[in-house]
Amino acid sequence: MMKLINTLSLIAGALLLSTAAVAKDVKLLNVSYDPTRELYREYNIAFAKHWLAKTGDKVTVEQSHGGSGAQSRSVIDGLQADVVTFALAGDIDPLARIGKLIPENWETRLPQHSAPYTSTIVFLVRKGNPKHIKDWDDLIKKNVEVITPNPKTSGGARWNYLAAWGFAKRKLGSDQAAQDFVAKLYKNVPVLDSGARGATTTFVQRGIGDVLLTWENEAFLAVNELGADKVEIVVPSVSILAEASVTVVDKYADAHGTRVLAEEYLKYLYTKEGQNIIAKNFYRPRDKEVEAAYANKFPKIELFTIEDFGGWKKAQPEHFGDGGIFDKIYQ
Amino acid sequence: MSVLTSTDAVPHQQLQNKEPWVKKSVLPGFGLSFGYSTLYASLLVFIPLAALIVKSFGLPLDQLWDVVSNKRALASYRLTFGASFIGALINLIFGFILAWVLVRYKFPGKRIVDAVVDLPFALPTAVAGIALTALYAPNGWIGQWFALFGIKIAYTWIGVTIALTFIGLPFVVRTVQPVLADLEAEVEEAAASLGASRWQTFTRVLLPALLPSLLTGFALAFARAIGEYGSVVFISGNMPYRTEITPLLIMTKLEQFDYAGAAALGSVMLLFSFILLLLINLLQHWSHKRTGG
Amino acid sequence: MAGSISNLGHNTAAKKNHSAGIRGIAKQSATSEARWIRWSLISIAMLFLALFLILPLVIVFTEAFAKGMGVYVAAITHPDAAAAIKLTLLAAAIAVPLNVVFGLAASWAIAKFQFKGKQIVITLIDLPFAVSPVVAGLIYMLLFGAQGLFGHWLMDHNVRIMFAVPGIVLATVFITFPFITRELIPLMQEQGKEQEEAAITLGANGWQMFFRVTLPSIKWALLYGIILCNARAMGEFGAVSVVSGKIRGQTNTMPLHIEILYNEYQFAAAFAVASLLALLALVTLVLKSALEWKAAREHEIAVLTAQAQ
Repeated sequence: MMKLINTLSLIAGALLLSTAAVAKDVKLLNVSYDPTRELYREYNIAFAKHWLAKTGDKVTVEQSHGGSGAQSRSVIDGLQADVVTFALAGDIDPLARIGKLIPENWETRLPQHSAPYTSTIVFLVRKGNPKHIKDWDDLIKKNVEVITPNPKTSGGARWNYLAAWGFAKRKLGSDQAAQDFVAKLYKNVPVLDSGARGATTTFVQRGIGDVLLTWENEAFLAVNELGADKVEIVVPSVSILAEASVTVVDKYADAHGTRVLAEEYLKYLYTKEGQNIIAKNFYRPRDKEVEAAYANKFPKIELFTIEDFGGWKKAQPEHFGDGGIFDKIYQ
Repeated sequence: MSVLTSTDAVPHQQLQNKEPWVKKSVLPGFGLSFGYSTLYASLLVFIPLAALIVKSFGLPLDQLWDVVSNKRALASYRLTFGASFIGALINLIFGFILAWVLVRYKFPGKRIVDAVVDLPFALPTAVAGIALTALYAPNGWIGQWFALFGIKIAYTWIGVTIALTFIGLPFVVRTVQPVLADLEAEVEEAAASLGASRWQTFTRVLLPALLPSLLTGFALAFARAIGEYGSVVFISGNMPYRTEITPLLIMTKLEQFDYAGAAALGSVMLLFSFILLLLINLLQHWSHKRTGG
Repeated sequence: MAGSISNLGHNTAAKKNHSAGIRGIAKQSATSEARWIRWSLISIAMLFLALFLILPLVIVFTEAFAKGMGVYVAAITHPDAAAAIKLTLLAAAIAVPLNVVFGLAASWAIAKFQFKGKQIVITLIDLPFAVSPVVAGLIYMLLFGAQGLFGHWLMDHNVRIMFAVPGIVLATVFITFPFITRELIPLMQEQGKEQEEAAITLGANGWQMFFRVTLPSIKWALLYGIILCNARAMGEFGAVSVVSGKIRGQTNTMPLHIEILYNEYQFAAAFAVASLLALLALVTLVLKSALEWKAAREHEIAVLTAQAQ
């Protein structure tokens, strides 16, 4: 067995060498979630320029994308990411708790709880909005079919669920009423896709459902990529502030000797250049000036935060854990 | 070493004492081939699978029981095993016809058809899932005709069955094909010259000879279907209690870093599959013996 | 029931001629079916294939060319796609031979010898089929992952198995583990062991017997097994996706690359790479046919030599 492993790793090593020997450069692995591909493709080019100007080194940023939860698990299991950029803090916490890869206080290391950009949850409806869907109330009507992915397997879906909950709690007052509201909403869900992009495809390509709950950035992208003639965006009265968290993975970055580079990579997200790229890719920037410049792009919505739910550490097990509230509404 | 064949060669006194674990044979290489196979299989398959079972016992027993026997898990077993069984059955019947047609008949385009049979393996399961969903969704090429009659295929158990039929299709064809091609024409001719009708020749001569390979194909198609994840999640709709397969439940456990729970469900599937496969293999062994192989 | 030595390597064409030679009215009705049965069977088979196989295939190619030839070519020549193709071929090139050796050894032991617990052994070999790809990835993670049994040791010695090529190969080997064996065992049992026993009696040593008697008679089944094994190895998605880490241009196999493209709403490009996988499968099949045709002659010579012994 050892021999087999050695042979295999030799082959692997030879492969890596053959690609690495060409350019004498530094490498950085950014493990991220699904919808950020377009964002980081643009950002990595800008950052490489910045790093070249600053240090003279050529940096190649390697990307890995997948479901936020699955990616978090991969990093814990040994995918040696220098930085992670996930959909929610709830997917970074396990890196500290289970993986012991980062300190518990990771969220305090960068401004704005280490979330350099945000998004929110909006509706995507069919062109002309034939079912007149305006706000969360409309989603529990009898003849409305709602498409949202499975919160058990999709980070985005958890934001969807909590946004609906938050609306109901504010409007109806009690947790019980909120739970009934969410239960009614999920009665209208005919398909629970395993990921956010799967749900978008179900809605747009397969023509299933009347409304898709999705990230604002995903909604913009879907309209651009899949056709403004087919779908349009509806902004509800209130929604959740979805903070996408980032951090350096200390243990791996130190082992690779890339800590300085990794830290700069994340800090650069907070600069004007970084924030502009973020806004261009439909994420809400944190920088006030950049935000003002894109004000007509991002409609004003009243936003509540995950803190209203006691943070991810509390919300995750309470709502999405085994036997949690989401399981209960299907019993 | 004795020149006689193995069955006759077993010496009397050995039978009287204790039957040896492996019967003596003039053929060489049992030690080497069996030893190597065991080592290879242990390192790559059995030890890792054992790790899975060990991991599931990381849970306290009552929790373990709850994980594998709650209502939702039971519903998922029903769908997973039921749809896999139906899919394998469809493959058994149509796969046999297909193998028969490919080996025995000449028709235009036969080579292409023969080549296409392996497609379900080569196509990544996710692509298969997407393509099948595109076909069978209410706005798909096939789905729209069923939608006229109010029948839904995608996002129901029927869709799951179709995906599982698709991925298991090559097994029956490919296990029956070589055996069918290897059957001697003399046997059939002999049966015919003895006055047997074609149907009698088929049921009395051909079918018994093909039964082991048919059962193998069925077992493999069935086994393959049980574990399938990639194609099913696209077409099933993943609704709890209705169209949720067991591998999806495992995935949701993993999503919560519940490795022990995931391992427990995985072990249950493993155990079920093992028993089912063992039964089929014993059946096959028995039928093989009966036909005097 | 066991095939006699003169029957080795009979292909269907040869058999057709054979039966045509002794054609009689009664025999013909009992060795082949009536015309209408023949054609209805062919029709049923084709309809089934059309519904379950051809249409999905048509979808793949329609979608692949939906945005024209330019997009198709661009998709399959993209550096990331090229890297994915290379990795997929590499993984298959390691996994398939490993399983061929195992398959031959295991089938020999199982089909030609009587031992206790044989059915259990066969069933154990089948198990990887029934194991969900998700679980297949998980089991290696439990052993070699950073949190796994050997995780610390591997980390300290800087050996990377998971999220690197060895992990991908391991997962591929696991997924395709039973293919060769399952293809060979029914045939080898069907053939019995008289020929090998005869060879040994006539003084052949083990390897001579294997290469001159056993191998020629199982050649086609072995080839089928290799083709299936290879196709499945290249197409595997679930297990590999767990252990690969999905690093663009590095640990992405073709199926993973397809998923990425699909998730980027590049549907045409995704299906273009998928069609390439389908084509690869078709090419192996065409190759098989060519080999079959070419080897037919050599085969007959081999049979004659065997007879002469």
